[in-house]
Amino acid sequence: MSDDILRLSAAELGERLAAHEISSVEATQASLDRIAAVDGGVHAFLHVAADDAIAAAADVDSRRASGEKLGPLAGVPIAIKDVLVTEGMPTTAGSRILEGWIPPYDATTVRLVREAGMVPLGKTNMDEFAMGSSTEHSAFGATHNPWALDRIPGGSGGGSAAAVAAFEAPIALGSDTGGSIRQPAHVTGTVGVKPTYGAVSRYGAIAMASSLDQIGPVSRTVLDAALLHDIIGKHDHHDSTSLRDRWPSMAEAVRTADVDGLRIGVIRQLDGEGFQQGVLDSFHAALDLLEGAGAHIVEVNTPNFEYAISAYYLIMPAEASSNLAKFDSVRFGLRVTPEGGGTVEDVMSATRDAGFGSEVKRRIILGTYALSAGYYDAYYGSAQKVRTLVQRDFDAAFAHVDVLASPTAPTTAFKLGEKLSDPMAMYLNDIATIPANLAGVPGISLPAGLAAEDGLPVGIQFLAPARADARLYTVGAALEKLLEEQWGGRLLDQAPDLTQLIAAQEGAR
Amino acid sequence: MSGISAEQVAHLASLARIDLTDDEIASLTTELDQIVASVAKVTEVATPEVPATSHPIPLENVFRDDVVGETLTVEQALAGAPDHDGSRFRVSAILGEEQ
Repeated sequence: MSDDILRLSAAELGERLAAHEISSVEATQASLDRIAAVDGGVHAFLHVAADDAIAAAADVDSRRASGEKLGPLAGVPIAIKDVLVTEGMPTTAGSRILEGWIPPYDATTVRLVREAGMVPLGKTNMDEFAMGSSTEHSAFGATHNPWALDRIPGGSGGGSAAAVAAFEAPIALGSDTGGSIRQPAHVTGTVGVKPTYGAVSRYGAIAMASSLDQIGPVSRTVLDAALLHDIIGKHDHHDSTSLRDRWPSMAEAVRTADVDGLRIGVIRQLDGEGFQQGVLDSFHAALDLLEGAGAHIVEVNTPNFEYAISAYYLIMPAEASSNLAKFDSVRFGLRVTPEGGGTVEDVMSATRDAGFGSEVKRRIILGTYALSAGYYDAYYGSAQKVRTLVQRDFDAAFAHVDVLASPTAPTTAFKLGEKLSDPMAMYLNDIATIPANLAGVPGISLPAGLAAEDGLPVGIQFLAPARADARLYTVGAALEKLLEEQWGGRLLDQAPDLTQLIAAQEGAR
Repeated sequence: MSGISAEQVAHLASLARIDLTDDEIASLTTELDQIVASVAKVTEVATPEVPATSHPIPLENVFRDDVVGETLTVEQALAGAPDHDGSRFRVSAILGEEQ
């Protein structure tokens, strides 16, 4: 029974809860039991709030029993990326400098999912301050890909993606600064959406790069992502960049999905050199299916995308170096006093040396360099101009097509440790996802298939113009349906048995 | 363009208030040099006539009425502090002996 509950999508679980066939306490307990059984091998969670989750679930059950009208995901458990502050739950953003900190308030997105009756299970692992593509930069140890435990789950949101792929949680919240929702979805066979910049509040999201960060859904199906998007996509006066748009229902876009006549632009710069053959094969097979369903596939040129990754690795560290100045050993987190004492500055410097990991230090120093007098125009100034050029590429492309398509990342999940000592190789993982963050446009990654050479998941990415998030759900849902007809189920049904993988790993020790 | 020295990295670290060890400075110097050499590619297309973009979606200033909103209590604000005296954050000396 509990196995069946775990395999349900969030939407299916919501329906069963509404029909009184399952209680939220049962569903939450099933997730907690699954976490207890497999998270020793996956390490998706940094904190599990078992008692609070059961209490929240019991509360939803009693409200439902009393006849209260509840939303479609009420009573559904949810995992929360540790970048979002949570009242009463520790929040570290994957960093020692915040170890043990319990925030006094909820991020807006956390408040909204609680108000929707969803049940927070705990906090998921991530690269420290969301800086990385593998979760190996978490101060608390890497997360393991549920498809192959010796491989990366993607990053920075590898914990949320792995939790969903490992059936520990039906759905999760993530954050995406350069691909941290979409790239983990790609390597774990799950769905991830980065909404239009400003569509979802960033209040209470521990900032890495404020002009790039965006919160979004992590799920196993396109409909689940849409239902969560509808919950969190609201204007928030606590976030001055929050948009005031009236959004159409993303769930409705899924339910009425039709790609007949849809114009899909294939980004030439992200379709060939540098991409694994199995990734390209799955990508093109997916496009063929869409074409068969009536979509028009054309090739588009985005010549400035070539410079996007360089611009990103100047703008992001510049913003991060300033955002992370708040970790000063005064108001929250770690304080390390040097031997023999010292001034507040000495304490601050000792604390930041002890509390930040190597990747965070690397990016702070890089950002400080990019912003320093004498280099500002050449680096930061030029990067901001490239941002304009990337936006112009998108504008030119969207004048001819409704959505853009590319593989989500160049390769399938690589081995843990493989790129850890080569920062530039790690940074190239984000080559297909970064342009969307620079331009603020929305993007989705959903499973496209398994790569022939290694049997690992491949994701396909769609991008839409700013504010046209609903189009992602239209094309995503249409493709998901076509693929699942072909596969005879979901891609995750083809994943190896996790309990056996963990047993084999323990046997090998 | 590139050619970052260990002295430069040490200076950047002091600006960023991170007390790096000599080993950290040495490895960061090598890595930073490689990264900067690569990202300097932006200068190839950033010609004078291209305007800079600082923000992805055009925004206007956001104002609100000047009324007291939801705020944290003193206890909540101090709850996560490494040290406090019940109403204020407590830190060590601001100035050193030679200052």
